[in-house]
Amino acid sequence: MASTSASVEQSKKTSAWFGGVRPMDASYGKLMMWFFLLSDAFSFSGLLIAYGLIRFEHPAYTGSPADFVASDAYWPIPEKIYNAFPFFHGIDLPLVFVGLMTFILIMSSVTMVLAVEAGHRKDRKDVEKWMLWTILGGITFLGCQAWEWTHFIVGTDEGATRTVWNYISNSWETTTIYGANLRVNEYGPAPFANLFFFITGFHGFHVFSGVLLNILIFHNAAFGVYEKRGHYEMVEKVGLYWHFVDLVWVFVFTFFYLV
Amino acid sequence: MANTYETTEGEIPKPQTKIIWRTFWILLIVTALEFLVAFTLPAEYRTLKILIFVGMTIVKAFYIVGEFMHLKHEVKSLIWSILIPTIFVVWLITALLVEGGS
Repeated sequence: MASTSASVEQSKKTSAWFGGVRPMDASYGKLMMWFFLLSDAFSFSGLLIAYGLIRFEHPAYTGSPADFVASDAYWPIPEKIYNAFPFFHGIDLPLVFVGLMTFILIMSSVTMVLAVEAGHRKDRKDVEKWMLWTILGGITFLGCQAWEWTHFIVGTDEGATRTVWNYISNSWETTTIYGANLRVNEYGPAPFANLFFFITGFHGFHVFSGVLLNILIFHNAAFGVYEKRGHYEMVEKVGLYWHFVDLVWVFVFTFFYLV
Repeated sequence: MANTYETTEGEIPKPQTKIIWRTFWILLIVTALEFLVAFTLPAEYRTLKILIFVGMTIVKAFYIVGEFMHLKHEVKSLIWSILIPTIFVVWLITALLVEGGS
């Protein structure tokens, strides 16, 4: 009897299917974060592919970029729409603000890896320092996005003339409209603004959740929770999420602002 | 608590940040190149531009996932478990491009 149980023990140790081994050499939590991120990648892929689909359903602007005028007859050129920068009112600065936002997010990704690296060395002070920088980067990015959204919603000084359906008088009427809502906008066809709100909004919500998680990690690190636990793996797991948010922005940046 | 920290401080190894900063510079330079392409290549080369942007985005994704998310240094089965399912995304894009007649 004793020898049987010993051989069972032995086979358990050698087979990947009886527990006790880690075929992927990663903890349960880390694996689940990876698979969650994979599913999240599908969500974002769906949104970005829908963007492509809807964009190419609309006619493209064919003239030269220099004499571009926004119209709901064709899809606008992004660099002519996203050309504002805080405190530089009315000056055409194409994509400069988005470039700054990209830089901030990449930078906060770097400080996050530095926090993970400090966690490997069990250096509590460094983990705290780099987590704080990461939180600051995330909050700055969210602030930039709030400004961008406000600018997009409020619109330019000139606005644009559009024929819109008036639900009160049940008739078409031609008016000057400013900025954007889900029904009409001054930049292009209605889906242009809708996709802007949905895609950058969904990404911004991810950044917001990431900042909350980062604050939680900072709090735990600062109160010595991970020091007591003996490892800083939670920093790694949330780090994975934070890098994923940066990764998504890289794709949003390309397909939304550059192409 | 503060005492224990003081005594263990001497054992904390020096930071190893060379690869992290190298990755940062690669990401920054690729992004700068994207801007350069966006504003210097004339509008007539639209297809070429899109191809360059997509290529550079994949380069950036490789460095973020490989180095920052450390996937490059995980075991093979984990790498493939994450990479193979993304075939579905490629499939959807291809199917839509073909069916859409583009």
